[in-house]
Amino acid sequence: MNETISEIGARIRAGDVSPVDLVQSCLTRIADRSDLNAFITVLEDSALSEAEAAAAEISRGQYRGPLHGIPISIKDLVDVAGVPTTSGSAVPPLHPTRDAPVVQRLREAGAIIIGKTNLHEFAFGTTSDESAFGPVRHPFDPSRSAGGSSGGAAVALVEGMCYGSVGTDTGGSIRIPAAACGIVGLKPAFGELPCEGVVPLSTTCDHVGPMTRSVEDARLMFQVLRGTRVNDAPVPSSLTLGIPTGYLLERLEPEIRSAFERLQAALTSRGHVLVDVTIGLARSTPDVYLHIVLPEAAAYHARFLAQHADRYSPNVRNRLETGRYMLAEDYVRAMQLRERLTRDVSGTLAACDALLLPTLPIAAPPLGVQSVDVDGRPEPVRAAMLRLTQLFNLTGHPSISLPAGVTTSGLPIGAQLVGPAGDTDRLLAIAAALEPQITAGPGSVGGGTG
Amino acid sequence: MTVHDWLKSAIEDAERRDLPALKPLLEAIAKSTEALRKAADAR
Repeated sequence: MNETISEIGARIRAGDVSPVDLVQSCLTRIADRSDLNAFITVLEDSALSEAEAAAAEISRGQYRGPLHGIPISIKDLVDVAGVPTTSGSAVPPLHPTRDAPVVQRLREAGAIIIGKTNLHEFAFGTTSDESAFGPVRHPFDPSRSAGGSSGGAAVALVEGMCYGSVGTDTGGSIRIPAAACGIVGLKPAFGELPCEGVVPLSTTCDHVGPMTRSVEDARLMFQVLRGTRVNDAPVPSSLTLGIPTGYLLERLEPEIRSAFERLQAALTSRGHVLVDVTIGLARSTPDVYLHIVLPEAAAYHARFLAQHADRYSPNVRNRLETGRYMLAEDYVRAMQLRERLTRDVSGTLAACDALLLPTLPIAAPPLGVQSVDVDGRPEPVRAAMLRLTQLFNLTGHPSISLPAGVTTSGLPIGAQLVGPAGDTDRLLAIAAALEPQITAGPGSVGGGTG
Repeated sequence: MTVHDWLKSAIEDAERRDLPALKPLLEAIAKSTEALRKAADAR
């Protein structure tokens, strides 16, 4: 059921599996686990038609490539022609007549659009529990959040409802649910994938990217989404990985910290070199992020707030309203500090192949909580979940979350790699090389015993 | 505009618009703005 795209794609190409059967299987899983609220719109009829067309093409020898006949889900923030784009909100939806370019590229590659996944309303949250379509529930513990904002996409992958998902990431919204649910989530370099046809949250921080079951699948999807081949240049067998000191790692849930320490020991034992790096301004990240994202989000939502304020979830509405009070001078200060942060991160990457840090400082939190305990101190859940990811939305560096074992209660842990500016291809090659060492299987991290 | 003056003005406007729930959020933003300006001034 939970094969990767590369595995099932080979079977489709060989004629051992029919895309129609694959779609049927995904539709059954969607219906069986509807309690998780992973999907907002299921495109049953069109997906079956597309699967029949794909099967006919492939049988005629017209195989398009690794995504041909593969069911893919789309976060309901991204336009699919003829399907409402709800953004997880009770605010009246958009009615797109054209596919977003990323959807169009998937169709050209022969992918089957199986449906549109649930999310935190307007992608403005990390827990996916504020959605007009019900909270997205964690597949391993339905009383917990699946992370967000692309929570439905992550659940769909874990539960076999699709083979790949398109998510969006403004502060971590691909990587956070990927880590919380135990899958791979790639935020490419800023601007690498088009955000046209995607409801914006913060136009200078928004990214589109793939969510998959393996790094190889992320590479396959990313290649199609970008429209150009990924450079597969090999990486050295011994990599130098930068471990950020200070702000980013100073507050972790104890289980996350011990898992990360085991991972570092496992990587060192396999010949990689780990070095401490300092990102000078990292502590200012949440302040810089807040003063950019809030006004940019408010600018887009002003017209909808004027007409439909009462249709928003109260928390989402209130945060958007605060963005309308931000001063332009503080936005400019934030943008200037952002440039310094970008230089600082690039500076650390000059001395190593990639940065390595946890994706989340906590495991998946219970649904509905506003505050979590992190290393003995209460903290707003949103701030905690964004802490290790939002920096790289500000700087635009590509980053990817990989599954890195589970906690003692069985909740997934994610490890995040951050690559050189503008070089997602290199990051994917590094992630592929490290994947076997990071993703060592259920119950273990980095080889389990380190 | 000082952060103090901004906060006072923003809270007054939010109350005028019958959005009292914004007050704690605006107060949190004011703290963040102080930190942002301090970081910017430290250049």
